[in-house]
Amino acid sequence: MALPVGEVMYRTPLIEAQDLAYMYPDGHVALRGVSLRIFRGEKVALVGPNGAGKSTLLLVLAGLLRPTAGILRVEGEEIGNGDLRRLRMRAGLVFQDPDDQLFSPTVFDDVAFGPIYQGLPEPVVRERVDEALRAVGMAWAASRISHHLSVGEKKRVAIATVLALRPELMLLDEPTAGLDPRGRRELIRLLRDLPRTMLVATHDMRLVAELFPRVIVMDEGQVVADGPTEVILRDEALLEAHGLEPP
Amino acid sequence: MHIPDGFLSPTVALPLWGVSAGMGGYALRRASRELTESEAPVIGVVAAGIFAAQMLNFPIAGGTSGHLLGTALATMLFGPWVAILIMTCVLSIQALIFQDGGLIALGANIFNMGILGALVAYAVQQTFRGLLGDRPGARYAAAFASGWAAVVMGALATALELSLSGLTPASVALPAMGGIHALIGIVEGLITMSAVAFLAAVRRGLLAERPVAGRVPLWIAGLALTLGLTLLAPLASSDPDGLERVARDLGLIQAERSLWNAPLSDYVIPGLPNQALATILAGMLGALLAFGLVVAFTMRRRREGGSS
Amino acid sequence: MSGTHFHFHDPYQPLESPIHRLDPRVKLALALGFIAIATLLPPGAWLAYGLLGGTAWGVAHVSGLGVRRVLRRSVLALPFVLAALPVIFTAPGPAWWTFPLGPWWISVRAEGVVRFVSVLLKSWLSLQIALVLVGTTAFPDLLAAMRALGVPRFLVMTFGLMWRYLFLLVDEARRMLQAREARSVPPEAPSQRVGGTLAWRAQVTGRMVGTLFLRTLERGERIYMAMVARGYDGEARVGSLPPLPRGERILLAGGWLFLIGVLILGWAF
Repeated sequence: MALPVGEVMYRTPLIEAQDLAYMYPDGHVALRGVSLRIFRGEKVALVGPNGAGKSTLLLVLAGLLRPTAGILRVEGEEIGNGDLRRLRMRAGLVFQDPDDQLFSPTVFDDVAFGPIYQGLPEPVVRERVDEALRAVGMAWAASRISHHLSVGEKKRVAIATVLALRPELMLLDEPTAGLDPRGRRELIRLLRDLPRTMLVATHDMRLVAELFPRVIVMDEGQVVADGPTEVILRDEALLEAHGLEPP
Repeated sequence: MHIPDGFLSPTVALPLWGVSAGMGGYALRRASRELTESEAPVIGVVAAGIFAAQMLNFPIAGGTSGHLLGTALATMLFGPWVAILIMTCVLSIQALIFQDGGLIALGANIFNMGILGALVAYAVQQTFRGLLGDRPGARYAAAFASGWAAVVMGALATALELSLSGLTPASVALPAMGGIHALIGIVEGLITMSAVAFLAAVRRGLLAERPVAGRVPLWIAGLALTLGLTLLAPLASSDPDGLERVARDLGLIQAERSLWNAPLSDYVIPGLPNQALATILAGMLGALLAFGLVVAFTMRRRREGGSS
Repeated sequence: MSGTHFHFHDPYQPLESPIHRLDPRVKLALALGFIAIATLLPPGAWLAYGLLGGTAWGVAHVSGLGVRRVLRRSVLALPFVLAALPVIFTAPGPAWWTFPLGPWWISVRAEGVVRFVSVLLKSWLSLQIALVLVGTTAFPDLLAAMRALGVPRFLVMTFGLMWRYLFLLVDEARRMLQAREARSVPPEAPSQRVGGTLAWRAQVTGRMVGTLFLRTLERGERIYMAMVARGYDGEARVGSLPPLPRGERILLAGGWLFLIGVLILGWAF
């Protein structure tokens, strides 16, 4: 939805976070007031040192953790405390360890899980599975058993499990971690070809430079920089201050 | 202790399947209520963890090593019903996929190592708790004792089943298996104890008392335990052919082919020679007496201890 | 305890064979039936055992698994045989052969030998058919068959999850064992007590168990998140198989008739 405000077109962000805070049950404060806006169609990278809160932020944006403070809005509508489920269906999170995400006996079962729980009729489920697997180039693996696949293949199937739900926002946690150069290239190609809004947490600075026009830098639970990749990646002082290296 | 197929007679294996299915179903219902929303769907992963933990061997001496069974540990962490569920999964997968234990014998194996083990472990743990309170030392002692007891009781049950199937006389099987497993039980106790110590140190919340839905009163568990033990007493009789002799006296075993190998459990009471019956009764009386003392002692301790 | 956990791989062999193609419900029901019949046969029913053996080997051959492989894997149950050894000496009936052993007289009884060999055969046959079952049926299909045979949905889901993470966690356990092995180097000069005290070793093992357990619990939490992220609502939903086609139903009935026939044969002769 776009509202003309004078000369500037103001678009409602797809997802908007205002002062999000999150504290784990053991007392560890992972997010201390995170604010950001992601618009439809953007591909944004999320970088920062270990412990910066990237994974936690993704879990909150995915509706899996309820923020202890702050406001979350999806297309302008505030997500109330009761209704994280709506958020989960619109934002799909691809976990860092694909083994956490592939919990069904076969690949087909895993990709079908989401649509089945949505209550979709069987032929539609089949269609979604087919579509998702083809999008990641794993249509041949439908009847395979998950733990027989390689790491790269598992990562792609994990992405498919999320795609089957047709989320509007895709969140990925360290997608290239643990991949060999070939696996990495295949994944980069996949991410580039996926026409979806994305927020990707990563340490892979070359990936950031290659695929993401915008980057958000986090450290110690807060956003310390948010802007065009070109600019930020050239600011060596900033990068070094937050435990990062230029690509 | 995983009994393969072909060893147990149908009169032993099939009723035990019934018992395991019945109690397993009950355990399933109880477990579903006791597990939190976030634990229930992934309890299978815990079962896989127990299975994997059984691989972590403990070198004893000269090349031999012991392994964990895990029933007592699971019981201490999750309560008896969830532990039964977990061990049922472990034993079923072991039987089905790895042929570790038979499929018709699975009922017996689940009973011995899962159901009996968990209930015995629970009774022992609760007894320790009732007697010694919540001190860490008490918990470790309970971990050791319940691990040992679960293994020994399971072994005794296995031996009893094998002898009831006509394979060995009870007077050989019970002491032999009981004796060996009294030693193996030490391994189980030690590993369980140190695992519990580690978990208590690292993640205190794990060992907090779970809300066991409708707790089995301690005295019932303990009573069942004691009675069970006393029933075994006369079977380990000094007469080497005790069980066989009784069976022949009762005309159960004909010369060549008996219809059922040895359905002796049904016939223990009627027509049993007075001596054996007297032994059973005496044993029960003694045990009840001892048990009554324990309960009385515990109750007095509680009253003295005040509201802590 | 059963320390024979050395063959941790998926037993399923993805081959092409009539047995592989059979509906898993038929295979599970017939395998269980076979084992039940073997259990119900009396000792000494050699003809019946022979028929069952022929069936087991025939099926092993047709499935492409090969009789030899199945025979090799079936050696596993042998150690337990020791538990049945006493029956040779304690069974009722006439003695075949009596000989002195120290202060005692040991008699090998005819009935005892019959019973012992029967137990051995029954156990061995049951094992072989079980091997063919898991060798020709992928686990997800076995789950579906279990569901069809009445195993509760929650249990089926739990089995599925357990199996899925079994190999992963076993690998983690293996790596822990390797790490311990790598640090268990005896000193140059042989000392009194290599390997620390028993208590220390127990403690190390207990900690390994505890660590594995914690990692398992944490992984379980993450998997739950993944399930919730894809809409899990607390209800176990397991797919169901289409109704059994006529050809397979006939096969199932025929198989059962054959097994019952073997049982009657075993009791009659």
